[in-house]
Amino acid sequence: MIESVNNWLNGLSDTQSLLLFTSIKAIGAFSVMMFMVAYTVVLERRLCAWIQDRIGPNRVGPFGLLQPAADGIKAFFKEEMTPAHVRKIFFTLAPMLALIPAILNLAVIPFGSTLGKQPMVLADLNVGILYTFGIVSLGVYSIVLAGYAANSKYPFLGGIRSTAQLISYEIAMGMSVIPIFLYVGNLNLSSVITAQTGTQLGVLPNWFALQNPMTFLAFCIFLVSAFAETNRTPFDLPEAEQELAGGYNVEYSAIKFAMFFMGEYANMILVSAMMVTLFFGGWTLPWFGLDQPATTPIGGVLHIGIFLGKVFLFLVMFVWIRWMWPRFRYDQLMDLGWRRFIPVALANILVTAVWLWWRSAQ
Amino acid sequence: MIIKRKPLNLAERLYLPAIIGGFKVTLRHLLKKKVTMQYPEEKWVVPEGYRGAPYLVKDQEGNTKCVSCQLCEFVCPPKAIKITPPGPAGQLADRANAEKMPKEFEINMLRCIFCGFCQEVCPEEAIFLQKDYSLTGTSRAEMIYNKEKLLALGGVHAGVQKWKHKADEAKEQESFPVKA
Amino acid sequence: MSAAPATEVKPAPPAIEKIKVKVDGREVEVPKLTPDWQGKLAPTTMLQACDIAKKDVPHYCYHPKLPVSGNCRMCLVEFGTPALGPDRKPVMNPDGTPKIAKSPRPAIGCATPISPGMEIYTSTPGVKQMREGVLESLLINHPLDCPICDQAGECKLQEYSVDYGQSASRFVEAKVHKPKAVDLGPRIMLDAERCILCTRCIRFTKDVAGDDALGIVNRGSYNTISTFPGLPFDNNYTLNTVDICPVGALTSKDFRFQMRVWFLKETKSVCTSCATGCNVLISSREEKVYRYTPRDNDAVNASWMCDAGRLNYKWIQREDRLKAVLVRGQKSTWTNALSEIAGKLKQAQVGSVAIIASARQSNEELWLLAKLKATFGAISDSIERTGDADKLLVSADKNPNTNGARLTGICFSEMGINLPKIADGIAKGKIKALIVFGEEVTKHGISAELLGKLDTLIVSDILPNATTAKAHYVLPGCAHAEKRGSFTNMKGRVQKFMQAVQPPGEARAEWDFLHDLVYNVTSKNGFLTIEGLFNEMAKDVPAFNGLTWAGLGDAGVTVKI
Repeated sequence: MIESVNNWLNGLSDTQSLLLFTSIKAIGAFSVMMFMVAYTVVLERRLCAWIQDRIGPNRVGPFGLLQPAADGIKAFFKEEMTPAHVRKIFFTLAPMLALIPAILNLAVIPFGSTLGKQPMVLADLNVGILYTFGIVSLGVYSIVLAGYAANSKYPFLGGIRSTAQLISYEIAMGMSVIPIFLYVGNLNLSSVITAQTGTQLGVLPNWFALQNPMTFLAFCIFLVSAFAETNRTPFDLPEAEQELAGGYNVEYSAIKFAMFFMGEYANMILVSAMMVTLFFGGWTLPWFGLDQPATTPIGGVLHIGIFLGKVFLFLVMFVWIRWMWPRFRYDQLMDLGWRRFIPVALANILVTAVWLWWRSAQ
Repeated sequence: MIIKRKPLNLAERLYLPAIIGGFKVTLRHLLKKKVTMQYPEEKWVVPEGYRGAPYLVKDQEGNTKCVSCQLCEFVCPPKAIKITPPGPAGQLADRANAEKMPKEFEINMLRCIFCGFCQEVCPEEAIFLQKDYSLTGTSRAEMIYNKEKLLALGGVHAGVQKWKHKADEAKEQESFPVKA
Repeated sequence: MSAAPATEVKPAPPAIEKIKVKVDGREVEVPKLTPDWQGKLAPTTMLQACDIAKKDVPHYCYHPKLPVSGNCRMCLVEFGTPALGPDRKPVMNPDGTPKIAKSPRPAIGCATPISPGMEIYTSTPGVKQMREGVLESLLINHPLDCPICDQAGECKLQEYSVDYGQSASRFVEAKVHKPKAVDLGPRIMLDAERCILCTRCIRFTKDVAGDDALGIVNRGSYNTISTFPGLPFDNNYTLNTVDICPVGALTSKDFRFQMRVWFLKETKSVCTSCATGCNVLISSREEKVYRYTPRDNDAVNASWMCDAGRLNYKWIQREDRLKAVLVRGQKSTWTNALSEIAGKLKQAQVGSVAIIASARQSNEELWLLAKLKATFGAISDSIERTGDADKLLVSADKNPNTNGARLTGICFSEMGINLPKIADGIAKGKIKALIVFGEEVTKHGISAELLGKLDTLIVSDILPNATTAKAHYVLPGCAHAEKRGSFTNMKGRVQKFMQAVQPPGEARAEWDFLHDLVYNVTSKNGFLTIEGLFNEMAKDVPAFNGLTWAGLGDAGVTVKI
């Protein structure tokens, strides 16, 4: 049985097998992503409840684990209202746009080494990071469109705030990672991971977050910008409930609202994955030879597990910070973006470049 | 008065003390015993003096205490109470001397705000806010409680039976030499 | 308002001498003589002087329209008069003001005449103490019946208890119990326990109604109001005793346990049961009329009204009221019906239209009908209603607005004179269209067969009858309690009435749709409000010249008839 499958696989042409395996990987990665979106919501609700001395959702299924299913069913079957005053096409388009960029970006993230002969990345682009930023900047359209199409005050204000915020922090974010690529020497994300293998001082991982002050600074800027890009507290101004009654998604209901929600969490997962890849060695661990591509299927699965584990830790951090901190004021947010991060990121590029030149000149 | 803002020092401007402080507080609460009550299984001990749903009560002899004076209807802020007085040909009160009782007494529990004014104003101690807080129904009509339902839910409140006392007093005086 | 009815033109009464008295330190000028309950001039009392000085003096037994009996003692006040020396000259204070000799004992305000220079004290600690004492004494045997007492809310005993009562009773013995729920007459229920024996009811029936039916029997604590054994308290004015009873001893059987008075909205209106036009208050709650009570108007009904008129309100709430506009038996709308009617009437030849209006309609409505009449050269009349009269209030004419119908030109001094002519005209086919307002004409000489001959029969009424059954157009109208307007009573007093409740269904006030109809027919615009309509009518009708809606006030104005 297994043999016949193997034979059939070996019989395929290169193109056919690429098509087949990429499809399987894409479906697999997408499913895992959606599963994680669902359970990040549960994580958020449970963690928030614990921080607030509550229990959180614990009724649906064992330990409330079927809560996302219940929420999903509810979102699908709720009455969907489209207010009379909205611009219908944009109104419908906006929630779709919320989810799509995050899913597209999944393509270039190396979420494991190899499984069998297959590299665990959908598309090992040599311009991976450019692709990522290109797609990420599409994310702003969902919020802008939602705010504009709703044709009412609060969403509009939320949309405007969001545009300004996302554009500002995209610059800081993009500049912050340039030093990393100066080190790595190309834009391929798999190369970034390779550059982070091994240890320093014997035990510490050779991750960019810990490698030297310049890359650490890059990580700090990237981290904060990531919060701003995903509209998470302390930068959740577009949906500031107290001021905007929910912001850009006020006029949405049922599944359309749920798609914004899912989009937010998908973005969170994506940014976490990016940070893991760029600064925390991706699927590698510097010990027990786990920083080399796997040779056995168990090793391959283990690498995927390591990657997901790191992403999970970042998600916990995202959630925790939301229930720990108050929101920034809008002028503080803009001040931080334009007057602190962008100059610091520029200086960081310069210093890194000079240092690299000096090192190579030695 | 102008309050001078103290300029933040470097550590504060990096938000580091705030981050650590926030982390400490949230971590402490994360590990604390939870206060949530698992509601339908665990139930709350309703304290004395709680203002739940208002119901009509009967006296110790099982008679309606309400005499349809309509003060509660008057005082009710959300106008949840509607009383139909007996009228001239209506049923007499089931207690001698009290002369009248309501033909119908309705409380719209959807309107009721459980303020307790009705209980406070009642001259007959006939209506009390009791401990029921979970009132449910599947229609608006179902949430309008009528006299029968209110009396059934209200139970007995043994108190001063002033009409009975009056009737007894009057009876004693019947043997008095001068008659009306 | 002056007390003298304006219909009889009398020589101006001689000027009444004014004297100065002081009430609680404030000097007021009061007439030396004031009309008493019968309208005869009598020396002004301290209570009336306090009234002029706007100082409230609590009282139970005193009523301005009843003889003074002075038994409740609630109006006790302290007073003083200028002191006279041995030489019969006023003694002066060192500062030149007259020295006041304060009376060592108080006097009842309702029965003590004033004298020049008198000083009355209504708010001294002594007076307060006396009021508290009187009230406590009255409350000794008064039962705590307020929750079941119909008077609660308009009870003098309750009101004064708030002012002068104590929170707890000092009386430890058993209260005296007297008969409760005594059937005194067909409309009156007596609760002897609640009675404070002020004798207002006795004085009213004896002196005003002229039926000496009530009295006090038994002695001491067992005093009670009673009728003669076996004789019920039954005359046409019994319910006034309920109004004047300061407590809940006498209650109306009709209103018994119907509604608490504090819920009732009071609307100023006029009774429609006869041509007297007694001023009434309509008490209503949530679009339901509960009772009529008389409203003071010395020019019409003083403080009284008859039982028949008072209880004649139940038809307003009848279930079979006309509620829908009907065109040839089918439901229609006001706009459709009125434009159709206007179209038909416009084509009518001069002399082919007849109008039978009702003298139960308001002046404004009759005037609008008169305008229609003038437009078509129509023949018009109204229908007379007569009955028994009495010496006090009830008039033989049972239409509330006979004079209105005459003054607006709907009918002539002899009402009903045109009815045979109309019947004849219909029979001969000369009259093709008939407009009937609020009358059942089949009972007045125009049979259903004759009505069947008509091309167009337009009927507006409140309740269904044989005429509405025959009508091509049925326009549901309003009872007087559901609209505004004015009546002219038998003495020519124009009085307005206000709206107490909403009309049922689609019913509209007659003046409202008549206004539309007249506009449709004559294309002349007018006022959309009753105020404007009345003022326009007052300019048009000679007898009403100079009147305005606002100028009518609550008491009305008498015109020459």
